Amino acid sequence: MKITTARRISQIFFVILFFWFCVVATMGTEFWRLRGWSVNWFLNLDPLAAIGAALATRTLYRGMVWAVATIVLTIIFGRFFCGWVCPFGAMHQFFGWLGAFGKKISQRIERNKYRKAQSIKYFLLVLFLIMAAFPLWESVSLQTGLLDPIPFVYRSVNLVLIPILDSHTRAVFYSSRQYDGAWLLGTLFLAALFLNIWIPRFYCRFICPLGALLGVLGRFSIWRIGKTKEKSRDCRLCEKSCEGACQPSGKIRISECVLCFNCLHICPDNLIAWQTKESSAGEIINPDIGRRGFILSAVSGLLAVPIIRLAGTLGTNWHHKVIRPPGALAEVEFLKRCLKCGQCMRICPTNVIVPSGIEGGLENLWTPVLNFRSGTSGCQLNCTACGFICPTAAIRPITLSEKLGLGEFSEKGPIRMGTAFVDRSRCLPWSMNTPCIVCQENCPMTPKAIYLEEQYSTVRDGVYEAASADGAAIRVNKAQWKPEQYAAGDYFCEAGGRRARIISNSADTLILEEPLQIGAGDRVVIKIHLYAPMVDIARCIGCGICEHECPVSGLRAIRVSAENESRNRNRSLFLKN
Amino acid sequence: MAKAGVAVAAAGGLGALLYDSLGPGARKNIAAVSLPDFSIPNLAPKMAIVSGSDRKATAQKALEALGGIGTFIKPGDRVLIKVNAAFATPPILSATTHPDLVGEVITLCLKAGAAEVRVTDNPINDAASCFQLTEIGRAVEKSGGRLYMPKESYFAPASVNGGELIRDWPLLYEPFKGVNKLIGLTPLKDHHRSGASMTLKNWYGLLGGRRNIFHQDIHNIIKELGMMARPTFVILDGTMAMMTNGPTGGAISDLMAANLMIASTDPVAADAFGATVLERKTASLPFIRKAAEAGCGTADYEKLKPARFSI
Repeated sequence: MKITTARRISQIFFVILFFWFCVVATMGTEFWRLRGWSVNWFLNLDPLAAIGAALATRTLYRGMVWAVATIVLTIIFGRFFCGWVCPFGAMHQFFGWLGAFGKKISQRIERNKYRKAQSIKYFLLVLFLIMAAFPLWESVSLQTGLLDPIPFVYRSVNLVLIPILDSHTRAVFYSSRQYDGAWLLGTLFLAALFLNIWIPRFYCRFICPLGALLGVLGRFSIWRIGKTKEKSRDCRLCEKSCEGACQPSGKIRISECVLCFNCLHICPDNLIAWQTKESSAGEIINPDIGRRGFILSAVSGLLAVPIIRLAGTLGTNWHHKVIRPPGALAEVEFLKRCLKCGQCMRICPTNVIVPSGIEGGLENLWTPVLNFRSGTSGCQLNCTACGFICPTAAIRPITLSEKLGLGEFSEKGPIRMGTAFVDRSRCLPWSMNTPCIVCQENCPMTPKAIYLEEQYSTVRDGVYEAASADGAAIRVNKAQWKPEQYAAGDYFCEAGGRRARIISNSADTLILEEPLQIGAGDRVVIKIHLYAPMVDIARCIGCGICEHECPVSGLRAIRVSAENESRNRNRSLFLKN
Repeated sequence: MAKAGVAVAAAGGLGALLYDSLGPGARKNIAAVSLPDFSIPNLAPKMAIVSGSDRKATAQKALEALGGIGTFIKPGDRVLIKVNAAFATPPILSATTHPDLVGEVITLCLKAGAAEVRVTDNPINDAASCFQLTEIGRAVEKSGGRLYMPKESYFAPASVNGGELIRDWPLLYEPFKGVNKLIGLTPLKDHHRSGASMTLKNWYGLLGGRRNIFHQDIHNIIKELGMMARPTFVILDGTMAMMTNGPTGGAISDLMAANLMIASTDPVAADAFGATVLERKTASLPFIRKAAEAGCGTADYEKLKPARFSI
């Protein structure tokens, strides 16, 4: 078997495995649901995520140690990950292959020539790693996930591709999924794929900071592609399908080679080999970045975090809509770990976790926030799925006891994500004399965090003068009611300081459940029996089920914001903590 | 010349074809479905009250007292069971229909020769979480029933015959297709807005859409739910009755071991009796009177001479 065939099999295998992991990351008991599948495996293999998080937190969390294997293999073999494993790389390669149709050999060689702009990815790598490593003041920020291809492909496939493909089949999700800002995820995904039609592996060559990192790690690789004779006929056929644009015909750029092996068999004189010695035509080991370029990106990285944080988003100007999933670390720590991979948004059974925009600060982009308007319900009381899937523990795995404040956590109480606020100007009982209390009924806390104030409120034009009374039937003057207008069971007749439920009515006569002592000329008032919701801040955890269920479906009459969340004490509403 | 001529003719033709002088009009009433009557014809209303803590045994006894499952389920019948799976809570909290009861009724129906037993609900919390955590999903699977998750495509616009509120409203209709028997299995619960959530209120979970606006006129809505669904029989499970903090509950202290299983062909009578277990006056539950007046059953359950057993 040719080595290129082995490479293609490997790529197809890993792409299928990746899609399999994306599909099975749904709660359920079938074998094709989440039941032990290592759905984070590609994220675990990702050394950029691991090194970024390790620089920021000085730890390597759980499955992230897999990245050590990738690093070791890269040191020995070079960028095998890009050419053989990376599912995003395989997709780029496929689109690049499509783009080569109808192109002459000379045009193909031209598409695969080395370009100066391939050093951009190294500048991005330095920028992101410096942002993660060195706190100029305040603290560091892990932003590798913005361009890291593994989180990129995870969130694109999970949050955009599958929801669209599944919208009619409903094989993966029971109900349609919603993700804020999916337009941007989708646009970038399509752009990254379609640019390959113009230049193959566009993303890998110019942008991919993971490729840059692997290029740096692979500079001492033991086996490498090279020429066995310096002089050749210079046909450049070896560059016809060169995926890395690493110029194997001349001085090969080791850090650009993705080990596609397309050059190996195509050479008419058999002058290219995968060997332990340096290419006879010479090698360029170091990335084309230069000292000046390095310093400029490093300085940019040092200043980037303070510049972003001048908005004060970690201080008093924090955004109330940045409501994090249960178990999310305090904001400063959270921003050191979140990869923006979207796994929590994928696994969330209710689809209440969505990618953030930039309203909470630029570094919040695509981090998980709770949007109670989307999905099938609020954050489910007995669910801790997001913390268990999070590959970096930006959302910590918590037990149900900790989430609910039971057992050893009873003193700390339940984990609060925020607090619900009743908007009395929109609430049906508070502002419109209309019974409701859907929020209170759906509150999952025990005792409920929403309690009720009982009211008997006079209905519009509800004051009359009694004309006559016959037992439980009361006729009033000047009434022109619709029959049964007050028969809903929620209306009461008040007279002489007593009250009785109205069972039915005609145009001017009320039938009461029990007679009231009423004489002609007495004042009769029609009241509606209401319960008005109030929130007990000591009990509300901000799960947002009330907001989701509120029948005022536009701007909800009860809304959760992040005040009083447990993870940031400076956002507390409690006098005592 | 010829090509330009064809293009001009095509443009003109298309314009004439697509020309719309009126624009879209007001929304028309669309054809809405309604549910047939699933009750057994010419069968006098019956009710049984069995006390005991073992749901399987009490449910079995209660159905036996109604004349046996064979009175209701004939060989070849296709049965739909409407459970209450509204919340993603474990069975011990009794906020949802108990899986033992679901499994037992499915088994009885299949033993009576039912060709198929379907189970459905459109829960309030996330549906997948609800059917999993309530353990109803597993009970259905184990006893040989078929679970209908409330997929969006399963809903059809429905109206209640003679109803005023439930008009052109999305109904979980797909599971009803081909079905000739309907059973309601309901936990006995406190409910803040309506006073109690029992067998009539259980049909709420057959509806979709922004059904929360129903709370504005809950008693008339429950009456119309009674008019909408005429079941073969209902079972009201008062083994652990939720006395407070309904309909979600959440603590064992919200429950009372009433140890009662009520089976009835008359859901109004079942609810009227359930109200007494919850220590509520029928007068404080206007939906019972309204449903009775609408012909859904009788509030005077003693009229049915309920069979009482203790095991």
